[in-house]
Amino acid sequence: MDIDLGMVDALIARHGTGREAAIPLLQGIQEEYRYVPIEAMDYMCEKTDITPTQIYGVVTFFAQFRLEPVGEHLIKVCKGTACHVSGAEGITEALSEQLGVPAEGTTEDMLFTLSEVACIGCCSLAPVIMVDEDTYGKLNRTKATDTMTAEYAAPVVD
Amino acid sequence: MEPTSSEVTKVIVGLGTCGIAAGAGKIRDLIEQELKTAEADIEMGITSCMGNCHAEPIIEVVDTAGKSYYYGNLTAGKAKNIVKKHLVGGDPVTKWMFDPTDPEDPEGAFYLKQEQIVLRNCGKIDPENIEDYLARDGYKALEKAIQMGSDAVIDEVKTSGIRGRGGAGFPSGLKWGFAKGSVSDKKYVICNADEGDPGAFMDRSTIEGDPHSVLEGMAICGVAIGANHAYVYCRAEYPLAVARLNKAIEQATERNLLGDNIMGTDFSFHIRVKEGAGAFVCGEETALMASIEGERGMPRFRPPFPAVKGLFGYPTNINNVETLANIPWIITEGGAAFAAKGTEKSKGSKVFALAGRVKRGGLVEVPMGLTLREVIYDVGGGSDTGREIKAVQMGGPSGGCVPTHLFDTLVDYDEVTKTGAIMGSGGMVVMDETSCMVDIAKFFLDFTQMESCGKCTFCRIGTKRMLEILQKISVGEAVEEDLDLLEELADRILRTSLCALGGTAPNPVLTTLKYFREEYLTHIRDHKCPAGRCRELTTFEITEECTGCKACIKPCPTGCITGEKKELHVIHQDDCISCGVCRDVCRFNAVAVV
Repeated sequence: MDIDLGMVDALIARHGTGREAAIPLLQGIQEEYRYVPIEAMDYMCEKTDITPTQIYGVVTFFAQFRLEPVGEHLIKVCKGTACHVSGAEGITEALSEQLGVPAEGTTEDMLFTLSEVACIGCCSLAPVIMVDEDTYGKLNRTKATDTMTAEYAAPVVD
Repeated sequence: MEPTSSEVTKVIVGLGTCGIAAGAGKIRDLIEQELKTAEADIEMGITSCMGNCHAEPIIEVVDTAGKSYYYGNLTAGKAKNIVKKHLVGGDPVTKWMFDPTDPEDPEGAFYLKQEQIVLRNCGKIDPENIEDYLARDGYKALEKAIQMGSDAVIDEVKTSGIRGRGGAGFPSGLKWGFAKGSVSDKKYVICNADEGDPGAFMDRSTIEGDPHSVLEGMAICGVAIGANHAYVYCRAEYPLAVARLNKAIEQATERNLLGDNIMGTDFSFHIRVKEGAGAFVCGEETALMASIEGERGMPRFRPPFPAVKGLFGYPTNINNVETLANIPWIITEGGAAFAAKGTEKSKGSKVFALAGRVKRGGLVEVPMGLTLREVIYDVGGGSDTGREIKAVQMGGPSGGCVPTHLFDTLVDYDEVTKTGAIMGSGGMVVMDETSCMVDIAKFFLDFTQMESCGKCTFCRIGTKRMLEILQKISVGEAVEEDLDLLEELADRILRTSLCALGGTAPNPVLTTLKYFREEYLTHIRDHKCPAGRCRELTTFEITEECTGCKACIKPCPTGCITGEKKELHVIHQDDCISCGVCRDVCRFNAVAVV
């Protein structure tokens, strides 16, 4: 993958070269590429006091960081407590069937990544999913798949 | 809004995360467009969550005399109508209105037993405009605190009796005293906004609705302990909260309410926002600090406590969002006024994120000393499905399930702890008879074993083994002795974990075993899940109650339900996967577990 290392330089200029800059730098890189490319991490180590050990430790510790590219639309199915008791498991199942990928999988056409997250914090609207920056609540299986079809042109479920 | 007359009518849209998720952003755009088309001279404004998330999207119309009209559960159609009839025509559409001050109105009943200190401004101000906060005496408490000086501020906080709202309930005044006592040329204040409990959203709503109250609380803490630098450690999953915090810091700094030489005094205070990267364990203070320092968020041994040796080695005081949002009120009204509310050992109020099977879920703030029953039935309106409520889960993965026969338990740190649950940060998820207690225990163990940082053996491996036993129970492969093993493992994990994650992880299992042991035994002996959640142990059947409405036919993922309109439907068991979607959609309670 072609990485714009200038962008990493700009992040370093903002967050500094100390060890404490590791997380903000990784977050900045992920914001740009939607995952953390290994080339960017190598470059980070070269230009800062951050070591490969530290980076690998951090990037694999925190749930936010992804080491694989994601689809154009990132679907997060909330599996917080309120969503769980309101049927979140069925939502994941239905979307998984609709898109033909398991949870944490990406469709072959790189359009959708289906993931599960701990809690989005919209418990009164459970069950909830978040697609990119938009949240959809009070779902059930059918409403979830219909939403994906209507808003994101996901395959129609018959 | 406070009644103040103005020249034009205002329409205020509730744009908290809950409102936006319910479609409030689109409603705002639509109203704006409609008003433009109608060429109406009406001012648009925003606020955040006013608490009753169940009624989102919500708008408030304030007429020129300052009278407020509230509309809830808006749709595009309703919004267009309101614009035409009320905003342009001047004729309120009463059938869609609610009155938060009328106890006869369900929305009014929601607020009747609430007492708002933390949420005093939420839903009443525009969180993105500091002028709104200043108009409600914002930053006056900081001014007063600077004049009072460190010792007097700490005394006031001690008098208030406030205990840490993050879950542990440690007296905040005492904590501040320790940090003040440490001699150092640099100290830190940290606001813990890493609200990781699934089922909790108090801190998110507080920050989104009233970010300045949290910042002001932090600055007052800075005065008290002698710190000039601070961090808010906020979940990255809360982008709106992060954005509003940054905006609030910028606005406060511009007005010299934060930054160097605040209000012309020699007190300086700088706040930065750090985004967490998604690790539940970072709610623990030493893990949180490790994460700010750029390391894996793993807890370390205490002592030294953060008050002595904290962030980057300097004395540090960490408080939760809700604790800090109380502080300006305490300084303004006095510690004694705060201590006058609540019970003997739990003072003030507590914010809960009320969710699950209740009619009126949302953000509620009640005085300590109310009973759980009052919170669930009077504020929350009871079950939203008509089914019996079975338990309430308090305190998330660190807490437990309190059964209905203990619903007279008071909202009080010590009283809740006696049940085996914990007050926790304030997640309160109501469950009805369709929730299986084995499944709930499994759900939380799945979470904690995944979130365990791996440092302590029993937390890392013990939680995994407990999860495996629960999985065996839920598919009918366990034996009764497995329950003893669960209890033994729970005991070891509790006793050998360094931090509160492991130290409380077994609670969901222990409380469900204590109060719902029969349900576990039914899974083990009879291979049945009475709640109909554990699929391998569940068979659903459609009963005579069925009206033949066909509502369950389309949602069924395997297409195993057949039936003509107005005739009894049938589930064909061979294809049924017991997912329960038919039961969820049935409005006649006609799907039963056999």
